[in-house]
Amino acid sequence: MSTLAASAAQRTIRRGLVITGLGLAAMAGVYVLALCFTPIERFQGLPQKIFYVHVPAAWSALLAFSLVGIASALYLWLRDPRLDWFAESCAEAGLVFSLVMLTTGPLWGKPIWGTYWTWDARLTFTLLLFFLFLGYRALRGAMHDPGDRARYSAVVGIMGLVLVPFVHLTVYLFNTLHPKPIVLKPDSPSLPWEMLRTLLVSLAGFTVLLFGYVTTHYGLARRAQEQGEEGGHGD
Amino acid sequence: MGKTLRIALAVAGKDLRVELRSRTAFVSAVTLAALILLIFNFARDTAVVSREALVPSVLWVTLAFVGVTVLNRSFTMERENGALDGLLLAPVSRSAVFLGKYLANLAFVVVVELVTVLLVVLFFGADLRGTLGALLATVFLASAGFVAVGTVFAAMTARTRFAELMLPLLLLPFLVPPVIAGVQVTTRLLAGRPVSEIAGWLQILGLYDVVFFTLCLLVFPSLMDE
Amino acid sequence: MPFSSPSEPALLEASDLERRFGAARVLRGVSLTVRAGECHLVAGPNGAGKSTLLRLLAGLARPSAGMVLLEGRVLTGRPPRTRLPVPAAEPALRRHIGLLSHQSQLYDDLTAGENLAFAARLHGLDRPEERARSGLAGVGLAERADTQVRRLSRGMIQRVAFARAMLHEPRLLLLDEPFTGMDPLSSDTVRERLGGLLAAGCALVLVTHDVLEAWALASHAHVMVHGAWIRSGPRGPSMDGFLHDYREVVRG
Repeated sequence: MSTLAASAAQRTIRRGLVITGLGLAAMAGVYVLALCFTPIERFQGLPQKIFYVHVPAAWSALLAFSLVGIASALYLWLRDPRLDWFAESCAEAGLVFSLVMLTTGPLWGKPIWGTYWTWDARLTFTLLLFFLFLGYRALRGAMHDPGDRARYSAVVGIMGLVLVPFVHLTVYLFNTLHPKPIVLKPDSPSLPWEMLRTLLVSLAGFTVLLFGYVTTHYGLARRAQEQGEEGGHGD
Repeated sequence: MGKTLRIALAVAGKDLRVELRSRTAFVSAVTLAALILLIFNFARDTAVVSREALVPSVLWVTLAFVGVTVLNRSFTMERENGALDGLLLAPVSRSAVFLGKYLANLAFVVVVELVTVLLVVLFFGADLRGTLGALLATVFLASAGFVAVGTVFAAMTARTRFAELMLPLLLLPFLVPPVIAGVQVTTRLLAGRPVSEIAGWLQILGLYDVVFFTLCLLVFPSLMDE
Repeated sequence: MPFSSPSEPALLEASDLERRFGAARVLRGVSLTVRAGECHLVAGPNGAGKSTLLRLLAGLARPSAGMVLLEGRVLTGRPPRTRLPVPAAEPALRRHIGLLSHQSQLYDDLTAGENLAFAARLHGLDRPEERARSGLAGVGLAERADTQVRRLSRGMIQRVAFARAMLHEPRLLLLDEPFTGMDPLSSDTVRERLGGLLAAGCALVLVTHDVLEAWALASHAHVMVHGAWIRSGPRGPSMDGFLHDYREVVRG
């Protein structure tokens, strides 16, 4: 009985790794696409190409965060441990993606604006998401009983998700009062087709990567659970 | 409903009585506020930056850090002798317990904030003629929501090893909206701007309070099951 | 020592309780039936799961599997063959339970009287200060009502905690090592009060290392090792016999 379940976890891991592989392949494709098949932006030059990683990473981080929030709410209602594994996996993925976004930001900012960091809305917002992911992780690390850990991090997940619109609103208002150089110029609709195409492919690649990462992590959590044999949640 | 309120008031009364008895928490919080303000004063180039210009920032940073520190004690008193079990064993709803803790925390935080505002006026020469009332109201409005979140997080982090670090780590992101709004309102009040300009920010604060208080009230019971 | 007849409905029924902590199974298939007027002695080595059992019976913790019924109503747990979690027990059920745990559940900065008055308010009792005073008098500490708990001796704190647990006249009293660290006077007081409670129809579940202290009160004696009953049932006549078997079982 447990070998059957264990192989289910194995299959999940394998599936996850395959999807991650696909995602990475897509990213490699984006790399080629961005460098060879996409025109160089007139004002910003070559460094602008970081945009194809920077923006989708931010969106993926936000997607991951929303999934954590939703899974957390469902967990508190249904108390299914799988929802907790899912939330944890999304939080890990989100942490990585927000870190990618926060490192590509300075790499892009320095050559173009002469400064490593600007407090523009998107960077600030993702930085906050990063801290929320970090806090989520830190809390989980400090709790030893799986049931308590799941419950407590679910609460943080839900609160974090509800916080997001408020942060978005206040930071946006804060920035409109103190205009910053517009780092992410490509928000404007006048994005030529080739750039849009590369951006969308990159976004697809990141989403696949997110899906793959979450699946793999979920499979690993499940396997760890089963190897712990009677591990479970006190509720 | 009446019963919930009665129990909440009993819990809040107990909390405040414990505070008054030991008094150390209040004195420490106020001293902390004064020390932070002291450091702020020396952390500026006096030739370049005037005291008055710093008032909004200094005020809200101090409020944020002192507020977080104060909330920690809320559940440490319950952990000392397992008194929390006493609360959970009683035939009262968990929401009543939350409400009681919240009210006590809010009262405590508000008093400390009042003293902080007065200290800022004293140390930084803020001219609050006519606006003191509005400023205090804003400070209290900003506190209502974050104290709810802080009460929930304090209940969680009290069980972890590094509660003094975990609580700020989790709670400070939740202070971003109130602080942004608070500073905007304070700046405008000090500059004598009309109320119409700050109404929007006050609405954001009010919405934040309502949303988070309700959320915390709903979520607290599931925290208390083992 | 009154024994209730088996035809009376049980006050407390715990069935097949399981409790996991991570990968470890702290309680494994534990069942217990308690009727009014019975005193169940629970003995066992450290870490056997006895305290966890008490917390489950008190409704403070949820079992991983199994169920606790109090007066026929679900206090905590999950009825068999249900997927969705059972909502937390209605607060009113807790009125019938008292718990005296390892920790005193008292606030050090408040006086004994204030602690009991607060407990009385939580339980919705009338005239809380009066109840507090009479509760303290019942354990021989009336003159200490205005002393801060931090200034009381260990034995006195235990007695105050005991008064607190009994204040609302619960029908089921759960005690975790009530005699530990107590001076003989305090022990006698507590034992006397417990006897009185049993006679009045209260039921007790008493976890203790010190079988000697509680033997006279007990109607049932159980031994728990590694989260499961090694021995469970009515108390035999001979304490030495019980202790002998207990040591054998624990050693083996």
